[in-house]
Amino acid sequence: MADLPPQNEQSSAAEEEGTRRDFLILAAGAMGALGAVGVVWPLVQTMNPSADVLALASTEVDLSGISEGQAISVMWRGKPVFIRHRTPGEIDEARAVPLDDLSDPETDEVRAKDGKWLILVGVCTHLGCIPLGNKFGDPKGDYGGWFCPCHGSHYDTSGRIRKGPAPTNLEIPEYEFLDETLVKIG
Amino acid sequence: MSTPVPQNKVVQWIEYRLPVFSWAIAHGVDYPAPRNLNYWWTFGSMAMIMLVAQIVTGVLLSMHYTAHVDHAFDSVEHIMRDVEWGWLLRYAHANGASMFFVVVYVHIFRALYYGSYKAPREILWWFGIMLLLLMMATAFLGYVLPWGQMSFWGATVITNLFSAIPWIGGDLVVWLWGGFSVDNPTLNRFFSLHYLLPFVMCGMVFLHLWALHHRKSNNPLGIDIKSPKDTMPFSPYCTTKDLFTGTVMLFVLFVFVFYLPNTLGEAVNYEKANPLQTPAHIVPEWYFLPFYAILRSVPDKLGGVIAMAAAILILFVLPWLDTSKVRSARFRPIYKQLFWVFLADCVVLGWIGAMPAEGVYIVIGRICTIYYFAHFILIMPLLGRFEKTLPLPESIHQSILDKSLKSKTGNIS
Repeated sequence: MADLPPQNEQSSAAEEEGTRRDFLILAAGAMGALGAVGVVWPLVQTMNPSADVLALASTEVDLSGISEGQAISVMWRGKPVFIRHRTPGEIDEARAVPLDDLSDPETDEVRAKDGKWLILVGVCTHLGCIPLGNKFGDPKGDYGGWFCPCHGSHYDTSGRIRKGPAPTNLEIPEYEFLDETLVKIG
Repeated sequence: MSTPVPQNKVVQWIEYRLPVFSWAIAHGVDYPAPRNLNYWWTFGSMAMIMLVAQIVTGVLLSMHYTAHVDHAFDSVEHIMRDVEWGWLLRYAHANGASMFFVVVYVHIFRALYYGSYKAPREILWWFGIMLLLLMMATAFLGYVLPWGQMSFWGATVITNLFSAIPWIGGDLVVWLWGGFSVDNPTLNRFFSLHYLLPFVMCGMVFLHLWALHHRKSNNPLGIDIKSPKDTMPFSPYCTTKDLFTGTVMLFVLFVFVFYLPNTLGEAVNYEKANPLQTPAHIVPEWYFLPFYAILRSVPDKLGGVIAMAAAILILFVLPWLDTSKVRSARFRPIYKQLFWVFLADCVVLGWIGAMPAEGVYIVIGRICTIYYFAHFILIMPLLGRFEKTLPLPESIHQSILDKSLKSKTGNIS
């Protein structure tokens, strides 16, 4: 009986064994969690745009047929892009607005580099409807640009949000002029 | 008293290995239902009938439907014109969705009136709200499948709600779409999910019923079951009653299917989806209108989305917002009135949701939205504290005896 270890030694040994087990549980748990993330990650990624969708990401447009004051819509990435040949009056109007009047302040010079051509993604930044104002006879809203019929957002002649629930200005897509009248969007 | 399992050899063989028969008898026959349940308690079973009916018609429809932007619209017309009884299948499924929402909304308002969400039924109530959310998601996804104008623009508007989420919103929407707009990948995944979610709902219904059978049904008096005298067996009493109301519901459904099949739909959805032109007036199906009105009442994109989500999510905490010790509105004289005001508020919101967002409609919509939230955040907590409730009956059994005694003495005098 005398060679039995004292009570306190036994319990400290058990404690030590406990910590080792804790470590194993933690390590195995962490590896398991990493593995689970490794499995979920590609599964989630499968829902992103596929390569063929991404391949259709740019489009070229010939602007020679658009007369002053006219606007057209072209399809880009499944949504319309508005190209507006602005009149000098519209340009002046857009450039005369003080930035303090805008809820998403941006100067027209930044949005339409050469003034005459305004190129926008024709999708309302509220909930994705197509604003009216491109076709002859469309309502253009209180600021002479575009008007979204879904929830009543008004955009000015620079495509900036002036009134209504839309949080930001109409988006400017990436584009470059290949020559005087040919523009590449995307 | 429990009903015995049949002595049949085959039944006994199975029962020994898996006790399905005793389980079915315990939950479908012997289950003690409060004996004072009224007709408002039959809407849950009607919802279950509709879930099954939607799955049956939906599985058959999917055999003729093509989930591709070039073919979806035409395949729905093919179902309507060429498939044998296809028109019946599609009209039953489309109107069935509306019927499903009708019975579920009644079911929810019954719970609100009789305080069925209160302790100890909070988890039962949570499963119910999750079922509502799943059902709304399924209905939305299904509405996109015919690929009409309203399908497309409804999908565009609703998926764009997620773009309001700060920082990740834009990427999240591209991920949801599988592209840069609602397009073929979107239609494909919506079809997949529309097929999946009803089966998730079946699992959720099981949990909903498990919680129900564990703590037993609430009842019009809102008091606990105290003795076997307060209950009666589920079958044949409740099953017969449910069968009766279920039949009446199907009658109403088929009046719509046969005589008014497009009344609840939008004519513009018979126009094929056109990504370049938004219809002049976008409205969701009627069952989403109150929430749509709340969305539009807030003049800020993120705020509107938060308000709309909160309108449903607030139901999760209702058991704690309602501080009253008494469950049933029968014994809550003020809540009884305010329940109807709240119901009216929801109906007005539904009407506003169908109107254009301008002028006086915006004002009414905002007032109703504020009242909707005030009902939960202000009225429910305060009412429980200050309302003077009526005395509760001793037991369900005693209240029935008292009632019959009163009617007898009434006859004598």
